[in-house]
Amino acid sequence: MADISLSRAVRWDTVVGALLIVVLLFSFGFVDGFSNALNLSFLIGNTLPIALIALPMTLLVVSGEIDLSVASTAGLSGAVMGALWNQGMAIETIIPICLLLGVVCGLINGLLVTRLGLPSLAVTIGTLAAYRGIAQIVLGSDAVTDFPTQYLEFASGRIGDTFVPDAFLPFLVLLAIAVVALHATPFGRSLFAIGASEEAARFAGIRVKRQKLLLFTVTGLMASLTGIFWALHFASARYDNATGLELSVVAAVLLGGIDFDGGKGTLGGAIAGVFLLGALQNVMSLQDVSAQSQIVVTGVLLVLSVLGPRVARQISVARAGRKAASTPTS
Amino acid sequence: MTHPSTTGPAPVLALKDVSKSFGAVRALRDVSLELFPGEVHALAGENGAGKSTLIKALAGVHRPDAGQVLLDGAPVTFHGPGDARDAGIAVIYQEPTLFPDLSIAENIYMGRQPRRALGRIDHKATHNATAALMERLGVELDPDRPARGLSIADQQIVEIAKALSFDARVLIMDEPTAALTGSEVARLFGVVRTLREQGAAVLFISHRLEEIFEICRRVTTLRDGALVGSEPLEGMTEDDLVRRMVGRDLDELYPKQEVTPGEVALSVRRLTREGVFTDVSFDVRHGEIVGLAGLVGAGRTEVARAVFGIDRWDAGEVTVDGKALVNGAPSTAMSAGLALVPEDRRAQGLVMDMSIERNIGLTGLRTTVKAGLMDRGAERSRSLDWAVKLQVKYARIADTVNTLSGGNQQKVVLAKWLATGPRVLIVDEPTRGIDVGTKAEVHRLLSQLAADGVAVLMISSDLPEILGMADRVLVMHEGRLTAEIPRSDATEETVMAAATGRAAA
Repeated sequence: MADISLSRAVRWDTVVGALLIVVLLFSFGFVDGFSNALNLSFLIGNTLPIALIALPMTLLVVSGEIDLSVASTAGLSGAVMGALWNQGMAIETIIPICLLLGVVCGLINGLLVTRLGLPSLAVTIGTLAAYRGIAQIVLGSDAVTDFPTQYLEFASGRIGDTFVPDAFLPFLVLLAIAVVALHATPFGRSLFAIGASEEAARFAGIRVKRQKLLLFTVTGLMASLTGIFWALHFASARYDNATGLELSVVAAVLLGGIDFDGGKGTLGGAIAGVFLLGALQNVMSLQDVSAQSQIVVTGVLLVLSVLGPRVARQISVARAGRKAASTPTS
Repeated sequence: MTHPSTTGPAPVLALKDVSKSFGAVRALRDVSLELFPGEVHALAGENGAGKSTLIKALAGVHRPDAGQVLLDGAPVTFHGPGDARDAGIAVIYQEPTLFPDLSIAENIYMGRQPRRALGRIDHKATHNATAALMERLGVELDPDRPARGLSIADQQIVEIAKALSFDARVLIMDEPTAALTGSEVARLFGVVRTLREQGAAVLFISHRLEEIFEICRRVTTLRDGALVGSEPLEGMTEDDLVRRMVGRDLDELYPKQEVTPGEVALSVRRLTREGVFTDVSFDVRHGEIVGLAGLVGAGRTEVARAVFGIDRWDAGEVTVDGKALVNGAPSTAMSAGLALVPEDRRAQGLVMDMSIERNIGLTGLRTTVKAGLMDRGAERSRSLDWAVKLQVKYARIADTVNTLSGGNQQKVVLAKWLATGPRVLIVDEPTRGIDVGTKAEVHRLLSQLAADGVAVLMISSDLPEILGMADRVLVMHEGRLTAEIPRSDATEETVMAAATGRAAA
């Protein structure tokens, strides 16, 4: 595991954390318009959807699985929310229904993966298309914008005069829960074991399928929460909300040092990755880099983020080898 | 200290005063070795004695820091495994690496198939060349048959054929028999004898001493990287050899304590998994070590897996201390007091990338918990406690288990399960691939556990181990339990007869 040789290893999550600080310092110093409160609130607000989904995604990737349908689940939740609102249903009823829908979406992914033994990459590419298709059927090309003001204000407002969005505090609570779940509970410990060797985990009496099913379900729930937040934050429920968000989430999580093969990584690293990506996107927007070019940068980052931790690990292995004189096997 | 050759030709391959260090670790110190044509030479030593390093020096993987590699008496420097191969030195590893979807002939001539016009592969020539190799080895293997499905022995024979196709004069066999059954070993040895008669030099490594005595003429023993000696095996006993390897008299290899069995602990009734095993019933009592013998593929491991809940059973019942287990649920089997030390420690027993501490901790995820959170202090002391009790040799408890030797890895697996305080312990091939010193330790441990009232079910392909340790021997053949033999009647003959289906059930 990544935390074995703390002293020796180049820890990728630390590298990403440091990189985030460098980018922020640089942006504060040299990028026009970066440091004003409105921009910072935009940065955080626009990054929150990525961050929210990155929480369960981190746990999922640590356990060796992935969910690419999250953005579609988010879009579907937003679309259903819009459609029900158009029907005149109360928002207090709609939100729980949408969250339940997210649970169902996640459960379907989880059941396909755990009961039928299908690879999650394939399953969730399928449901990525399916959920988005349903969203379009539900809402068509409508855009629903007239949600209750207090909800819209909460989703886009700031705490007092600060740059901190109102929604940031609930996110911090969820982050704390996720950190504890992954790094301080038997559940989290079992995820690392499952990701590193599913068979050994099973032979240690860990309920692999149950844990995975739970994770997919929670991921669906968080995706739909994100979809609701997205629709309110941008005051627009459309079937194509959050399209492509899964790319950002996966890129950010991998950038944060979560090993795509499972079993390695920290939530701190993943969240640092999320905000590093968010800050870069913000800076690019301020510099009038086109959206298309930003996607290119995200894609390149995704590749680099898979490469980076490996290089870091090899460096640390090489250093450890020279220092501790690798024991010969015989 | 090299043994001078008394008869015959000069050594085909030799090491002279070779040393090799990895950082501060001196893996080989002034080791010399001579391999003569037409001899099978054993290389003996405990895990970590330097056998692998020596092989790698011969095979061109490592370059010695000091000393010489001599080929036909002349010093040579191998710049890589390719050089050694071109010099006629081939290494056959424990686990062959064939392409399963290619035919035997294609595997042997991979990348250098005979060509016809326009660079097309000449399948006929490839086939014929392979058939000739097989004939030379005296085995019947169809060159066109895909490698998939070949037994490990046959895969090794293909590797040997491949070595011969490179005109190998020296074959280094690194624990080739570790995963083989008795009849497969015989098949492999037949080929080795043929090679010997054809004048090849064979360096043979095995943890099974009886094999060394069966096939080898001389033995070179290493201990802690240094040469103990090279000498003829004639006149030596297994105990002599063990003493040279471990440097002291080994306490008895099978320290079985007499125990009066108590109540039935594990009861298996009419257990069936369709197509795998049928109608298996047996009891293991507290204080008893019951051996489960049989050929590989007889269904022993599968029964253990089903009992523990890794696989589901189709019919039957399993109880631990009278409490019925749930079908297909390892976690409930664990709470009932069952522990399984699986056959494949690298894939099933351990998470290789995890630390010793956390591997042992994996079985305590439900006990080292405070208010729903991991109690890291309790986890660490539990892991340290058991690692020390089992004398695991490690630098730091936070080191990953893949830094440990095979024997120490096996101790970590045992530690992991003993830490659960099991009432019933199933061990599947508990000493496979570990050195003789550790093996004796594992046996002493199992014996002590039984004396403390644990019911032990021991699956093993190592017959002396079964005979030496078990109070009773159960034998499986083709998915059925064919015999139950008390300790007093258990001999190699009775057990093998039942295992091969020659005895009536």
